[in-house]
Amino acid sequence: MESQIILLIFILVLSIFLGVELITKVPSTLHTPLMSGANAISGITLVGAILSSGSSEFITIALGTAAVFFASINVVGGYLVTNRMLSMFKKK
Amino acid sequence: METAILVNLAYIASSILFIVGLKMLGSPDTATRGNFLSSSGMLLAVLITLLDQNIIDYRYIAGALVAGSIVGFFAATRVKMTSMPEMVAIFNGFGGIASLLVGSAEYVSGVFDNPAFLGAIFLTVLIGGLTFTGSIIAYGKLSETISGKPYLYKGQQFVNGLLLFAILLVGINMLFIQGLISSEQTLLLLIGLAFILGVLFVIPIGGADMPVVIALLNSFSGLAACAAGFVILNNVLIVAGALVGASGLILTNIMCKAMNRSLANVLFSGFGAAPDSSTESSQEQGEVKPINAEDAYLILEAASSVLIVPGYGMAVAQAQHTVRELGELLEENGTEVKYAIHPVAGRMPGHMNVLLAEANVSYDVLVEPEDVNPIMETVDVCMVIGANDVVNPDAKDNEGSPIYGMPIIEVDNSKTVFVLKRSMASGFAGIQNPLFFKSNTRMLFGDAKDMVSTLVSEFKG
Repeated sequence: MESQIILLIFILVLSIFLGVELITKVPSTLHTPLMSGANAISGITLVGAILSSGSSEFITIALGTAAVFFASINVVGGYLVTNRMLSMFKKK
Repeated sequence: METAILVNLAYIASSILFIVGLKMLGSPDTATRGNFLSSSGMLLAVLITLLDQNIIDYRYIAGALVAGSIVGFFAATRVKMTSMPEMVAIFNGFGGIASLLVGSAEYVSGVFDNPAFLGAIFLTVLIGGLTFTGSIIAYGKLSETISGKPYLYKGQQFVNGLLLFAILLVGINMLFIQGLISSEQTLLLLIGLAFILGVLFVIPIGGADMPVVIALLNSFSGLAACAAGFVILNNVLIVAGALVGASGLILTNIMCKAMNRSLANVLFSGFGAAPDSSTESSQEQGEVKPINAEDAYLILEAASSVLIVPGYGMAVAQAQHTVRELGELLEENGTEVKYAIHPVAGRMPGHMNVLLAEANVSYDVLVEPEDVNPIMETVDVCMVIGANDVVNPDAKDNEGSPIYGMPIIEVDNSKTVFVLKRSMASGFAGIQNPLFFKSNTRMLFGDAKDMVSTLVSEFKG
């Protein structure tokens, strides 16, 4: 189990560095869509929520289902609104 | 075993789609496709998770997924572009509460004796909880359901210290002792404390500093998802959460730099709460020179280059479409028109860019302060529309000013400055602006939208 956690920490550290590299290149014009797009990605917690709400215990199902609800608002709303904003950015 | 491998391969594919999607968000040409890739990654992750053999009952999942998607759909398609900061704030909050619930569900269902797991649950619940209530307060301040003024009280630091100490104690009990109070009590106490922390964290921050707060809460919602990834040992949560966490932190940093303030100063100083002593001692202010629309039109008509500097006031007056119309008329008249956008103009990073994009302003005429400041002397007219602090010359000239050192758009160096403003009331930070008294400044008093439409009709008539 310890080795698995170490591996996950390893992934975490690399991802943070990758995130920094990716985001510093985004121009300020796109900061709002970047933010709402990143916000939609943070809805990835939906994966964990689905696993919880599929369990057999009542309390876990209840908490998990609520989590699925909120996370799916975040995911669907976040991506749609980002798309709506980006489609307005045009060059003449 | 076969499914487990398939699931993990799919998670790797999802992570790749998130990374490539974020990379493509780096340019307006590819950004829409990038967002599509990122959303496909999410869809893939969700679909493959539904294959998990441990899922017993799909009814609740399906119900919650459909309900959440409907709410998300309507929120995303109905929201006005001016209300985008509130929208992002509340979505951050939903991400936070979802992570909190996932952490809680794991805590009540499992028997953990490993401090590493318990620590991950502790962090998930804590960060998720404070993101949730912090975002709700930010939402309230941005939508002006609660006052945007910083809320300060005596003993604030002491209360915050006490709260952090209490959270630390709960954490120690949760991770190592476990006997002091029952696990349900521990969880409820932790959730309660995290909620209070979120409220106390955002309440003392003023409305004008909200870009920093939203960026920070954005980062927190990612970190909460990341911590949840450690709880359920899932690498796609960790990768995606860390990407969002990093993105939010970078934006926070950019916002702080654009205001020449440290993050600690933004979070704890209650900026703009008390009138600063330097503003009370009214200095030699000189005379304000108002101008009417007709005279302004004549000057604009003769100008060969015009720089428009929008601020939050433009968003409030919903003037972006009229401003674009004026810009087009000027261009038809042979004038070069550019828009200078300060990083902290508006209530979230890039807010002005989105509003102007909505009004069909081409993104290649939007410029940043460092591009335009060196050639400011050659600009005939700067039109400041609803911006104040980001064009305040005190930021370079007056060491006593609270905003001294903040990079500004140096409109006072241009040949003529028009300031569109409701009245002589000072800006959000409550700081007097000597720009209004400069010899090359002309004031156009009135509602920004009305004033710009008057100018538009002057051009047409």
